[in-house]
Amino acid sequence: MTALDLSPVAGRGRLGWSLSDAWVMCRRNLVKIPRTPELLVFSTIQPVMFVLLFVYVFGGSINTGSIPYRDYLMPGIFVQTVVFGAMTTGLGLAEDLQKGLVDRFRALPMSRGALLAGRTLADLVRNVFIVAVMLLVGLAVGFRFHHTTVIAALAGFGVLLFFAYAFSWISAVVGLSVRSAEAAQSGGFIWVFPLTFASSAFVPVANMPGWLQVFARNQPVTQCVNAVRALLIGGPVTSAALQSVAWSVGILIVFVPLSVRSYRRAAVR
Amino acid sequence: MTDSSAIVVEGLRKHYGATKALDGIDLQVAEGTVQGLLGPNGAGKTTVVRILTTLLRADSGTARVLGFDVVRDAQKLRGAIGVTGQYAAVDEKLTGAENLEMFGRLYRLSGRTARARAAELLERFELADAGGRLTQTYSGGMRRRLDLAASLIMRPRVLFLDEPSTGLDPRSRAQVWQVIEDLVREGTTVLLTTQYLEEADQLAHKITVVDLGKVIAEGTADQLKERVGGARLEVIIARGGDLSAAGGVLARFANGEVNTDGDRRSISAPVAAGAGVLPDLVRALDEVSVALDDVAVHRPTLDDVFLALTGRPAEADPKPDPEADHRADPSGPADGLDPEASGSGGPGPETGPGERELVAG
Repeated sequence: MTALDLSPVAGRGRLGWSLSDAWVMCRRNLVKIPRTPELLVFSTIQPVMFVLLFVYVFGGSINTGSIPYRDYLMPGIFVQTVVFGAMTTGLGLAEDLQKGLVDRFRALPMSRGALLAGRTLADLVRNVFIVAVMLLVGLAVGFRFHHTTVIAALAGFGVLLFFAYAFSWISAVVGLSVRSAEAAQSGGFIWVFPLTFASSAFVPVANMPGWLQVFARNQPVTQCVNAVRALLIGGPVTSAALQSVAWSVGILIVFVPLSVRSYRRAAVR
Repeated sequence: MTDSSAIVVEGLRKHYGATKALDGIDLQVAEGTVQGLLGPNGAGKTTVVRILTTLLRADSGTARVLGFDVVRDAQKLRGAIGVTGQYAAVDEKLTGAENLEMFGRLYRLSGRTARARAAELLERFELADAGGRLTQTYSGGMRRRLDLAASLIMRPRVLFLDEPSTGLDPRSRAQVWQVIEDLVREGTTVLLTTQYLEEADQLAHKITVVDLGKVIAEGTADQLKERVGGARLEVIIARGGDLSAAGGVLARFANGEVNTDGDRRSISAPVAAGAGVLPDLVRALDEVSVALDDVAVHRPTLDDVFLALTGRPAEADPKPDPEADHRADPSGPADGLDPEASGSGGPGPETGPGERELVAG
């Protein structure tokens, strides 16, 4: 064997290496997206079915006042879609853990947060794609932007995707804590279901019983839905947007260190 | 601690709750040698490897690999060693080449070097043709070879192999063994764990037998075998042959009592020398006109060793492993095993199989 010079690249700082490692991991997951089209198809079919279900089955019975229901619904669908989409982060990590890949990565001189950062970033890219598809679906069933500007609408999608990114990190902790990908799958959805349905995503909170309203009004999904809705179809923006962003920041502050800690401690089975 | 030790382990302890995974392990591995860690599931082998490869911290004790402390110099150590775990840890949705390139990048090689090294390793491991295919299409043996290739990207001076042939068919196992033997010839130090006695016998210069988190014996395969007695010579003489004349001949080679079994026409005796005595023996028997049906020198297997050391067979207490179904058992039928011991008899381990499984994690 001719001796290939294997000296590592020199002169990159700690931060530079962390970014470079994260990019290697992100690219790994991006490359895999088109190779698992079934994952992408399923994560799009489900929200499409929700759209059809709510627009054509339940929609007629839901009173959203002066706002047409499909306009009311779509921002909620966007949030539900990205929150569900964020669950793939935990799924992927649980799989890496199960297959021994996490051990391999941990035995490499790479940065400790790179696997997680790369994974969450790749999932964010997936989410961008899925949101784009959902927007087209929305437009097809009659959703229209109102009382907004291009910048406000873009800000709405920004708030949405930032929220999704934060949820990826919660999912990461779940994925690294359970013993199998299957457990990550069900464990991931158990807590996401009440969050998305007991929120303003599909019905106005005011129509819920009093005790549920207390929960629904004060939980992050509602804040995000309200912010995105206001930015896409008009309404009071500031409070909801600030609260949604604050939730996302808060989630990141808590769950990024928690995920990294789980990663360091993770052991196969 | 000497300069020639690649791995030095002193007083390693690790417990999970009340279960002691490691109960004071000492180990020294000379540079350029193969050290086998032999023991049943739950003995603590994997825990040792995980500590030495910085994946786990010991409760107490110290471990140095290539002079690097596994805790304080963890980052430097990770760049200097290669690790292959129990599972072929490769990404199934990437091609073989992509996997190796990714690991190369994570070792901080430049993109170009990582690609070149990947190609080099694929060539070496006879995966060049499959390099562009997703690894989910690989056979178990190919995946294992790719996994091994990944741990060799940086030409590590010390390589850790945790049950390298688990789950492989005999042909793939032979290939993996060949790779390990080549690496050792090139000067790599290897620490390998195995529960397959044959594997330790074949590959390791020195074997450390661990059980319940403790070292219970150490030495070369031959030294360990001597602990249960040396080789045993057995001849089956042809029908009508003179048993007592043959017995007389065997007594000249034996270093102990000669046993004669008239029904089987078998005569056996312990011998100090190994198979080297066979030509002389056959000639001597020929001189007294005794024809032979069979002649053999039985060397004690490591199964015998384990049984002698622990009072129970090594392969008892099989792990309820999800992969167990498609795991080939390279030790085959344990022909050296005492039939009595292969039953459920013998003192069982202190803890139940479930708890011991936890230790293996």
